[in-house]
Amino acid sequence: MGHEPIRSLELRGITKRFPGILACDHIDLSVGEHSVRALVGENGAGKTTLMNILMGLYHPDEGHILINGSEVHFRSPNDAFDHGIGMVHQHFMLVQNMTVAENVALGMQSAHKLFRLDLASVKKRILEISERHELPVNPDAMVWQLSVGEQQRVELVKTLCLGARFLILDEPTSALTPQETDELILLLQKMSRELSIVFISHKLNEVKALSDTVSILRRGRIVFEGRTENHSSSDLAALMTGHEVELPRVDSTGIDRSGDRGLLSIRELNVLGDRGNIALDGVSLDLAPGEIVGLAGVSGNGQRSGSIQIDGVEIAGSSAARIIGVGMGYIPEDRNTEGIVPSFSVRENLVLKDVGEKQWSTAGFLKLKAIAANATGLRERFDIRCPSTDTAAGSLSGGNIQKVILARELARGPKALVAVYPTRGLDMGAIEFIHKQLLERRKEGVAILLISEELEEIMNLSDRVAVIYKGKILKVVPGKDATKRSLGLLMAGVVDE
Amino acid sequence: MNKSGKLAYNASVVIVAIAAAMGIGAIVFAMVGADIVKAYTVILTEPLKDMIGITEIIVRAVPLSLIALGIAIAFRSGILNIGAEGQMLMGILASSATAIAFASLPKPILVPLSILAGAAGGAIWGGIAGVLKAKLGVNEILSTVMLNYIAAQFYTFLLRGPMMDPEELVTGSGTPQTVRMPRNAWLDRLLPGTRLHAGVYIAIGLAIVVFFLLWRTTAGFRMRAAGAEAKAARYSGVKVQRYLIIAMLLSGAFAGMAGAVEVLGVHRRAIEGISGGYGFTGIVVALFGGLHPAGIIPASMFFGLLLLGADMTQRLASVPANMVLVLQGAIILAIVSARQFMNNPYVQDKVARAFSRWFGKPEPPAPPGSIQACPDPSDTPDPCLADDPDALAAAKDTASKDTATEDTTPEEASR
Repeated sequence: MGHEPIRSLELRGITKRFPGILACDHIDLSVGEHSVRALVGENGAGKTTLMNILMGLYHPDEGHILINGSEVHFRSPNDAFDHGIGMVHQHFMLVQNMTVAENVALGMQSAHKLFRLDLASVKKRILEISERHELPVNPDAMVWQLSVGEQQRVELVKTLCLGARFLILDEPTSALTPQETDELILLLQKMSRELSIVFISHKLNEVKALSDTVSILRRGRIVFEGRTENHSSSDLAALMTGHEVELPRVDSTGIDRSGDRGLLSIRELNVLGDRGNIALDGVSLDLAPGEIVGLAGVSGNGQRSGSIQIDGVEIAGSSAARIIGVGMGYIPEDRNTEGIVPSFSVRENLVLKDVGEKQWSTAGFLKLKAIAANATGLRERFDIRCPSTDTAAGSLSGGNIQKVILARELARGPKALVAVYPTRGLDMGAIEFIHKQLLERRKEGVAILLISEELEEIMNLSDRVAVIYKGKILKVVPGKDATKRSLGLLMAGVVDE
Repeated sequence: MNKSGKLAYNASVVIVAIAAAMGIGAIVFAMVGADIVKAYTVILTEPLKDMIGITEIIVRAVPLSLIALGIAIAFRSGILNIGAEGQMLMGILASSATAIAFASLPKPILVPLSILAGAAGGAIWGGIAGVLKAKLGVNEILSTVMLNYIAAQFYTFLLRGPMMDPEELVTGSGTPQTVRMPRNAWLDRLLPGTRLHAGVYIAIGLAIVVFFLLWRTTAGFRMRAAGAEAKAARYSGVKVQRYLIIAMLLSGAFAGMAGAVEVLGVHRRAIEGISGGYGFTGIVVALFGGLHPAGIIPASMFFGLLLLGADMTQRLASVPANMVLVLQGAIILAIVSARQFMNNPYVQDKVARAFSRWFGKPEPPAPPGSIQACPDPSDTPDPCLADDPDALAAAKDTASKDTATEDTTPEEASR
C-alpha cells in the first residue's frame, strides 16, 4: 500500500472469452483523476466481467491495463489493491457475525502482527477514514445489526481503509431504499473530489445524477462514450437496449369503480415482522376487478392476523395450495428460490402449481405431451428466450426467469395477482415487457396488488397508490395525482396536503 | 464442443478416472507386497469365469440395487439418507419374525407378506428420521447415522436373546442366529447349483417402478421439486414436509426390502453380519449410478463384481479383501473429480484449446450467434446465447471459484 496516486487508468483492447461466449470484445476505456465514469449496460452486457478483469479476478485473453501510462499485470485482487484499486461488489462481502473493525481487519495486512491482531490501529484508521469522507460507522457494531445502507457504508470504509483511491462500485444502489440511494449519491459526489470512481449501473437517473462521463456496453462492446450532461436518460436507454424504450403507462381516467365490490379485500390485517416489530398494523384495502393498486413503503414479512378475502373467500391462514386454488397469483420477491425450481426444466416450472390438475395429469401420472405443448405455447406467447423448454430454468437470465414465472401465474387465469418487486434487477427491455403484461391483465379484470420499491414503476402502473408508514396505510392517492415528491413525503410520514 | 466431441470427451474423462483409481489401487497393492497385475486380473476377471461367479455377482447386486433405488428417492427429494444399513437390519428382523410366526401360511401368501413386513420394518426406521426432520428440523444425516447404531444393537440383542434359535441353547454352541426360515417363505432359486434367487425380478421390477414414480407421476414431480428447491415448492402449494416423510418412508422401505430379500433368498436365516456394509456401499452405488434407475442397475453389478473379486483376491492373490475397500474409495474419489471435469465448461474449454494447440488444429471460430453477452458471475447468463444450457448452469456455479486460476495458460502461451 501507499504508492503514487492513479492519475490515469487505461484499458486497451481487453478481450475475454468464456466458453461459447465473447464476454468482452476489445474494450477500450480510460478514466482520469477525480472523475466519475458510469459504466452502463443491460444485464449480461459485460460490465461486471470487465471490472473483475480490472480487479485481477479474471485474466484477460487479450489486451493491457495501463496505470499512469505503464502496463500492469494483476494476478489477483491483492495486486489490484496494491495499486490502489478497490471494488465494492453488488453483493456485500462482509462477515455477518463479526464487528465492523474485524471485517476491515480481514484485509489489512498491516494489522496482522506476528501473534495478535492489532484491532486498535484498525479502529483508528476506520475513524480517520469515516471522518474524512463523512461516512459515519461504528467500528464496534456487529455487521448483522446494521441496515443495508449502513452495510454499504461499511463496504466503502473497508475499501478506503485498504488504501483504495480508485473505486469501482458494482450496482451499489441495487439493495438500497430510495432515501438511502439519494444519500449515497450525495456522498459519492463528495468523494469524487478526492477519488476516481467507476460506477456500474443500469439505473439511468443515478447515472445522470452522479457521473461525469458515461460508457455504454452492449453485448461485450462499447457502443457509446460521452459526457453525461449532453445526453438525456431516454437517449441513454435507447443506446443501452438498442431500441427506443418507452415504458407503458396506465390510463385510469374516466373509470369509476365506486360501485365495484372488492375482488381482493384485506381487512384489519396485523402482521408482526421478523424482528418482532409491527410490520402491518390494522391495514384494510380493497382492490376492484381490473385495478392495479401500488403499495409503497412496505418490506419484510411475518406473523399475521386479520382477514384477506378473494371474491368473498377467506384465505388468511389457509395453506398455500388452497390460496392458489381460489385464484391467487403470486410473483414472489426472490425469483430464483421462491418463483422457480432452478434445476427443473422450463416446462416443469410452468406447471409447478397445477401439476395435479386434470390438464397435466391423469390418476397421478403426468401427461408429458400436454406439459410440453403448454410450454411451447407459453414460450411463444411470453417471449421466453431459452434453447428449449427442456432447459433448466435456473440457467436462464433473470429477465427470462421472471417471464417463466409470469407465464405460469398469468396462464393460470388468476382472479387476483400479487406482484412483489416484479422488475427488480431487470433491464429495460424486460421491464417494458412485464409492465405491458400487467396492464393487459388489468384490462381483463384481474385485481393486481403491486409492491415495489421503484416509485416510477408504481406511478406508471397504479390506478391508486397506497403508502404505508410505520405499518399503517397513511394515505391512498389516485395514481394520476401521485408524484415522486408527494409519495416520498408520504413515505417519510408527512401528510400535509 | 459439439455433441460427439463432448461424448468423446466424457468417455475419455471416465477412462482417465478409472485409470487413476487403478493407479492408486496399484500403489496400495504394492505397499502390501501383492502382485499388482495378478490382483487386478483376479478382481476384474476371476468372478466372470464361470456361472457361479456371474450369479454371485448378481446375488450381491440385488440388495445393492434395492438400497440404491431407495437412496435415490431420498436424495432426489432432498434428504440425505445415510441410514440404509440400519433400515436394512430392521427389515431383516421384521421379515424373518413374520416368516417364522406365520410359518404355516401357504407360500404365495407368506413370501409377499414377509417381504412387505421387511419393507414396513425399514419404512418405520426411515420414517423416524423423516418425521424428526419434517417436524423438528433434526438433521437427517445425524439422525440416520445414530439410528444405524440403535438398529445394530437391537439386531444383536434380538439375535442373542429373544429371537435366538432354541437349538443353539440346547447344543450350547450359542451362535447368534435365528431358526431357519420355513420353506414356505423361501424365495425360489433360479438356477440349480447357484444362489441366484427370485429377488432379481423384484430389483428389476422396482427399478422400473422408481423411474415411473419419480419422472412420470405427480407425486414424484412434487418430491423432486421439494428436493430441488423446497422454498419454491412450498410457494407452489406442495406440502414439502409431507413429501419429505413419504420419501424417507419409501427409502427405508427399499432398504428393508433389500434385507428381506437377502434373508429369504440367500441366507434363509438371520445371522450376524448379514448386511455386510450393503447399506453404505448402496449409497456409493446410487451416486455412481447418477441417482437414476438406469444407472443404478449397472452400477450395482459393477460393485457386485468388486465385492466378489475382493473375496477372491484374498484366496488367489493373497491380498486382504479389505484392500478392495481402498480401491472402492479410490474409485469414488476418481469419479467425483471426473464429474468436476465433465460439468465444468471452463475446464472443458481449456482442455479443448490446449488440445488444438498441441495438435495444430485451429479452434473453430465461435458461430456468430454466440458472440454475445457475458456471464457476469453476479448475473445469470442467458443460455440463448450459447448452445449448452447445462454447461452455463454449471458456469454460474463455478465462475466465482474458478476465476483465480483459469486461463493463465492461454495468456502465457500467447507470449
